[in-house]
Amino acid sequence: MGIVTRGFRGRRGGGDVTLPPGQYLETGFPVLSAGPTPQIAPAAWAFEITTESGQEHRWSWAELQALPREDITVDIHCVTKWSKLGTRWTGVSLDVLLSGIDTSASYALVHSYGGYTTNLPLADLRQGQAWVAYGYDGRPLRPEHGGPARLLVPHLYFWKSAKWVQRLELLTEDRLGFWERAGYHAYGDPWREQRYAGD
Amino acid sequence: MAATLLLHVEGQPAGVAGQRVEIRLTAEDGYTADREYSLARTGEADRAEITVQAIDGGEVSPFLVEDIEVGVELEARGPIGGWFVWRPDQTEPVTLIAGGSGVVPLMAMIRARRAAGSKVPFRLIYSVRSREEMFYRAELRQPDPGVDVTVVHTREAPEGSPRPAGRITVADVNSGGWPPDFAPSCYVCGPTGFVESVADMLVALGHDPHRVRTERFGPTG
Ligand SMILES: Cc1cc2nc3c(=O)[nH]c(=O)nc-3n(C[C@H](O)[C@H](O)[C@H](O)COP(=O)(O)OP(=O)(O)OC[C@H]3O[C@@H](n4cnc5c(N)ncnc54)[C@H](O)[C@@H]3O)c2cc1C
Repeated sequence: MGIVTRGFRGRRGGGDVTLPPGQYLETGFPVLSAGPTPQIAPAAWAFEITTESGQEHRWSWAELQALPREDITVDIHCVTKWSKLGTRWTGVSLDVLLSGIDTSASYALVHSYGGYTTNLPLADLRQGQAWVAYGYDGRPLRPEHGGPARLLVPHLYFWKSAKWVQRLELLTEDRLGFWERAGYHAYGDPWREQRYAGD
Repeated sequence: MAATLLLHVEGQPAGVAGQRVEIRLTAEDGYTADREYSLARTGEADRAEITVQAIDGGEVSPFLVEDIEVGVELEARGPIGGWFVWRPDQTEPVTLIAGGSGVVPLMAMIRARRAAGSKVPFRLIYSVRSREEMFYRAELRQPDPGVDVTVVHTREAPEGSPRPAGRITVADVNSGGWPPDFAPSCYVCGPTGFVESVADMLVALGHDPHRVRTERFGPTG
């Protein structure tokens, strides 16, 4: 146990739920962004995957909507300490999007509208662990939460779930993204409390 | 109500203006609560200065503002943050826009400018409910040369003020900040809704979104 702060009791509650270390339970939905929220009309939106050999795969908004969708209920953990349990999303699994793609890449750099990037191992995007999500709580995803579509990778800290997702760049070697160059951890596992570079 | 706290810290780097620290409070039974607070001043090796606004019903902030006693120990980690920062070697003009307690890291930037003897022109637009809720009142009433301060009152305007009380508008942002042609760096900090709307206004006025840096304090949207 760390240093006890005399006089501090805290507000318990949350009861039996187990949260990753250092997280607290949030019932609202805070926003973490480094800049203004890009406003992207679905008609102007497209999602791309580019491979290490330069192949390009592209889905328009209508094409994405036509792919099999999943309803996903997951807990999310933000590096700024809040966790939100049982959030409900709708989207397309990355397994579906990656299925026809020939690659031997091990990493992905995720690019967003507005220019932000974040990096993660490609294995973390496969096997039912990641989605391109366009619905939240039964409604279209709002721009400040990453709409029209964001990546959803709930087993990592939530900045890896890139908002306003535009492109996955598949890479044979890891390359740090915007957030990671600004000091956040390259991998970001909330259960190992990998918040910042060096954790 | 708000209070400024001075934390004496061992082995703390001096920090860059705009950075924050993580505070962890631990109760006797081991229960912990962690929150982030911006540094109100940087450049002092063994202390961290924070200004905390007490949120009604909040778990941590009322304790820090009202209950904590001098000499009590707590854990702090940081400084953290590499994006929402102003460094004295930046040469472009700077527009700072604060909502409520969002003024804290922006005040750290104004103080860092002063400490470095920087001549870079700063403009601060500070949105507060009323005059009484303004942080750092004396310091902001007589700002440093080269720092312009515009206060926007949202609930209650001081007597004789030409601007009636009301939420910040595009006109406030336009006249209180630098025009887009000057390519200023813009720093916007405050509650989420405030930051969302001000950042949208800056983009609508023609500012390059990459020059608009934001920090959102909550609450939720
Ligand atoms: C990067 C960063 C820097 C920050 N810097 C500062 C700072 O310099 N000074 C400062 O006072 N605070 C700052 N905050 C906010 C601070 O971390 C806490 O969120 C705040 O003190 C409330 O904590 P609490 O435990 O009292 O309230 P909680 O118990 O966490 O929340 C109680 C209720 O208040 C709401 N709430 C939370 N935050 C706010 C808010 N800012 N305004 C209105 N309602 C709110 C919550 O949604 C909840 O409903 C910062 C936050 C971030 C993310």
